[in-house]
Amino acid sequence: MKLSIWTYEGPPHVGAIRVATGMQKVHLVLHAPQGDTYADLLFTMIERRNHRPPVTYTTFQARDLGSDTATLFKSACLEAYERFKPDLLLVGASCTAELIQDDPGGLAEALGLPIPVVALELPSYQRKENFGADETFFQIVKHVAKPVERSENISCNLIGPTALGFRHRDDILELTKLLDDLGVDVNVCAPMGATPADIADLGRAHFNVLMYPETGEMACRYLERALGQPYTKTVPIGVGATADFIAEVGQIIGKQDLASTVRSRLPWYSASVDSTYLTGKRVFIFGDGTHAMTAARIARDEIGFDVVGLGCFNREMARPVRTMAKSMGLDALISDDYLEVERAIADLAPELILGTQMERHIGKRLGIPCAVISAPVHVQDFPARYSPQMGPEGANVIFDTWVHPLVMGLEEHLLTMFRDDFEFSDSAGPSHHAAHAPAQQRAEVETGQSADTNIIWLKDAESELRKIPFFVRGKARRNTEKYAADRGVAEISIDTLYEAKAHYAR
Amino acid sequence: MPNDLSQIGCTNTPVLKQRGQHEVFCGLTSIIWLHRKMHDAFFLVVGSRTCAHLLQSAAGVMIFAEPRFATAILEETDLAGMADAHAELERTVAELLSRRPDIKRLFLVGSCPSEVIKIDLATMAKKLSEKYDNRVNVVNFSGSGIETTFTQGEDACLEAVIRDLPQTDQTQLAVLGALPDVVQDQMLRLLSDMGLENVLVLPHARADTPAAVGPNTHFICAQPFLGAAHDEMVRRGAKPIAAPFPFGAQGTTAWLAAIAKRFGVDDATLQAAIAAPKARAEQAIATVAKTLVGRSIFFFPDSQLEIPLARFLSQECGMHLTEVGTPYIHRALVGPDLDALPSDIILSEGQDVDKQLDRVLDCNPDLTVCGLGLANPLEAQGLRTKWAIELVFSPIHFYEQAADLAGLFARPLLRADLLKVGKVA
Repeated sequence: MKLSIWTYEGPPHVGAIRVATGMQKVHLVLHAPQGDTYADLLFTMIERRNHRPPVTYTTFQARDLGSDTATLFKSACLEAYERFKPDLLLVGASCTAELIQDDPGGLAEALGLPIPVVALELPSYQRKENFGADETFFQIVKHVAKPVERSENISCNLIGPTALGFRHRDDILELTKLLDDLGVDVNVCAPMGATPADIADLGRAHFNVLMYPETGEMACRYLERALGQPYTKTVPIGVGATADFIAEVGQIIGKQDLASTVRSRLPWYSASVDSTYLTGKRVFIFGDGTHAMTAARIARDEIGFDVVGLGCFNREMARPVRTMAKSMGLDALISDDYLEVERAIADLAPELILGTQMERHIGKRLGIPCAVISAPVHVQDFPARYSPQMGPEGANVIFDTWVHPLVMGLEEHLLTMFRDDFEFSDSAGPSHHAAHAPAQQRAEVETGQSADTNIIWLKDAESELRKIPFFVRGKARRNTEKYAADRGVAEISIDTLYEAKAHYAR
Repeated sequence: MPNDLSQIGCTNTPVLKQRGQHEVFCGLTSIIWLHRKMHDAFFLVVGSRTCAHLLQSAAGVMIFAEPRFATAILEETDLAGMADAHAELERTVAELLSRRPDIKRLFLVGSCPSEVIKIDLATMAKKLSEKYDNRVNVVNFSGSGIETTFTQGEDACLEAVIRDLPQTDQTQLAVLGALPDVVQDQMLRLLSDMGLENVLVLPHARADTPAAVGPNTHFICAQPFLGAAHDEMVRRGAKPIAAPFPFGAQGTTAWLAAIAKRFGVDDATLQAAIAAPKARAEQAIATVAKTLVGRSIFFFPDSQLEIPLARFLSQECGMHLTEVGTPYIHRALVGPDLDALPSDIILSEGQDVDKQLDRVLDCNPDLTVCGLGLANPLEAQGLRTKWAIELVFSPIHFYEQAADLAGLFARPLLRADLLKVGKVA
């Protein structure tokens, strides 16, 4: 049993629903109690979909358990087929139905429907949402994709985008444009937008672009084995990664001379003098493995941040995330425990969090600005405007998204210089972006005594501390107290404060 | 098609019952408002990752700060008997209580999986109550989707609370149902103006609030979904007061009048207490009802508020009722409201959502009340909708909220008139 307050991922059947909802002419019959229908609102509300997800839930009740839930499942399958006339039927069970062991696959097969029926194994008590999506799409591909003749023009499939994905809608468009510039056609994009007939046609492509390893890697590996299609390993988020992706595509299609200049504004915006203040800003990065790793590279190499923490919530990506963290001199945080992530952030006191909606909450509580880089998604992650993460435009979007929550350039200096200005208080936060500014916590310890040690802050030192910008004040307080405690100093004076500052100077 | 208002009373109207897919939340959803209402209570769901995901998704928002609810997620080892689920639960509770010493009441909430594998939460609650004697009262109830829908979670919780209350012979009024604080205060002021000071509100905000029931307790429900809590009160010897639910001016008046009658409050006192707020409410409703009068409305089953709200919209706002769907019809509770509905409506209990969607498209009402999963798809097909869950989360009871309640239904209609950009989804 695991005590959980917030979860980063839903159960595996939600992953299956993401695949089914992303596709066309597919229907999922899920053996599940009525409460599980909440999943529909993820799609209709958060993603603002204009259709119900193509899912029939059997909604069995306690009184059905004694009698015949299997019959209920079979009639639900038949009615769903009659009503929705899908080209492919997925069948599976949610957590409760897994316990009653009705064997949806066997039951559905016995119905003899004239369409392919794909039975899903979704181990609810071991795995999670991303696995469910990855597995579901893999099963569909395995059942439907067959060897076909390659297309005349060089083409690829875009693999991995699903319903309810973080910016998948716009990444597809951006990558399609980028590939078009390289002279590569997109044969099929799947699961998002694909029909079962499109899946049968996957083999026409010369290679696959694995957009999101979380939801498409199993299918890509299978297609490599079964249809001899190589797949790209670089996820083109960021300028450097996009250039690497272009080079990788060139290698696959045997064109080494593909132009690798990525036409993004990020490099110049980053080089321009106003960005100097970004130098060495301490950032904490957390999300799904793919987005966290791409963010870490951008943060370090393209914006000049100091990455002080890196982690992911999906254990499947633990190994590469650990390797990357190590290369940055860090220990990766691999955890789906929201409280553990919160503790890590509080301890590190970063100046910016690049995280999920969960970390946005944490940032609000701790008074640290946050930009969202990864699922789990929120209605805000489906903006009306075009805002991809991948490719050249993705890099532009990322630059803006990360920099806007921060206090900008000269404003930061003014805040430091005129701390006591009656109209120019640091509690106001960044002036230009109220909507994104974190609510500043004013819960400063007013008494002279430190919260968890017996060290006394002298009055002068206490007011000097308050002149330090709010976003580093907590860190300064802790550093000073640690410095004092390590040296057996019982009272903190202005001198102690500045000695500690010098000691910890980076 | 307007209702035939010469035929009032739905008590004998045949009920349409179809068995198919239900599109409703399970009872766990109630925790989202119950934990705000009960300030020292923690709700620990014993369930799966799905339960945890539902809780954080259902409200449409995630709640900042550490909420007073969590899920003990069952894992493979809990199922395979490799770990004694009861011992595991005890460990999890210890972990929880050590982090939250402020908790005085702990609810162990059963879920679909915990019920299917038959984890005995009642015995666990008893055992843990003894273990944390004098510190934490541990109670269990079921919020599972195989037993409960949506608001029935509050019903089950309240039933468990009532079961645990001490006995009293004191004469008192008990009001059942979680209400927003501002609404509860208004209600208590009204009752006080009627001369009723000894009022127990359940669920009570804190464990140390004096609360007891007995044969001289007269009780009334403020929410229509409290069938089991109602029956538990009766078992404890308390006497029910039947009335229409306090929505709108007429509903509130009838509700208060039923209490006045039971407690022998004279008419002059009652009128003095209600005259001013009632007049205000009537006037305010009249303004909002201009948008609603003559428009048709269709209810999908959701919170069990459907029948009383249909009464309010038909009787006080002049709307035409087409279908009124509700998950369950507790006649002991909603009887007086049913009596006031026009007879020519479709009254449906339970659901086959696909067939009901066919009916709503056929009927093409001006407004459809439905769950969040259906609202945008119906909007995309040209219907105006009102999300049912907002009716559970908003202050809508009694006189001062009557016009706000009407406003919740008027807003989608006004909005549709405002927007000039079309709506291609």
